[in-house]
Amino acid sequence: MEFVSFDWWQFFIRWCHILCGVMWIGHLWYFNFTQTPTMPKIPAELRPGVSKYILPEALFWFRWGAMGTIVFGLILAWMNGYLGSAIKLGIGDGSLHNTTIGFGMWLGTIMWFNVWFIIWPGQKKNLGIVQATPDEVKKATRTAGLASRVNTMLSIPMLYCMAGVHVY
Amino acid sequence: MKNPLDSLGQTITLGVVLTVVVVLLIHAIA
Repeated sequence: MEFVSFDWWQFFIRWCHILCGVMWIGHLWYFNFTQTPTMPKIPAELRPGVSKYILPEALFWFRWGAMGTIVFGLILAWMNGYLGSAIKLGIGDGSLHNTTIGFGMWLGTIMWFNVWFIIWPGQKKNLGIVQATPDEVKKATRTAGLASRVNTMLSIPMLYCMAGVHVY
Repeated sequence: MKNPLDSLGQTITLGVVLTVVVVLLIHAIA
């Protein structure tokens, strides 16, 4: 039955990878294109509406979107048979496809690391989930903001590799 | 000196430049 063939499962995992990826990068771009530039323009008394209600919810979908993307992405690369080759950037394999997807995977992995080990720990201090002094909060928020901008920058070549791999 | 990542426009420009670098690296490696 075609519905349960290996090809169908490959498609299903790719679909899950894309769904999570849109959830992740959609929120990343929301933070960088919309929320961060708009916050200074919002009257001070209205800002808690964003920082206390929208931000925690957005960060939840943002970080778990990142987790789902990398998990389904690794499963997909394994199912497609190029996980090992892509991890070593296709070096020695003479495959433009595997080198391209390898660069995309490594860029995505750096971004995932930034989300879970720099941005989220910093935001936990900013949101008061983790106790910190005002100086620590300021420093953590700045570091998280810069890591978020690094991810926005990396998302451009990462998506080139992810989408462009089908050309090679 | 101001960090270029503080500007959204410069962040996007750096992302495009990095894309060109990545494409050149891909073709150099493969």
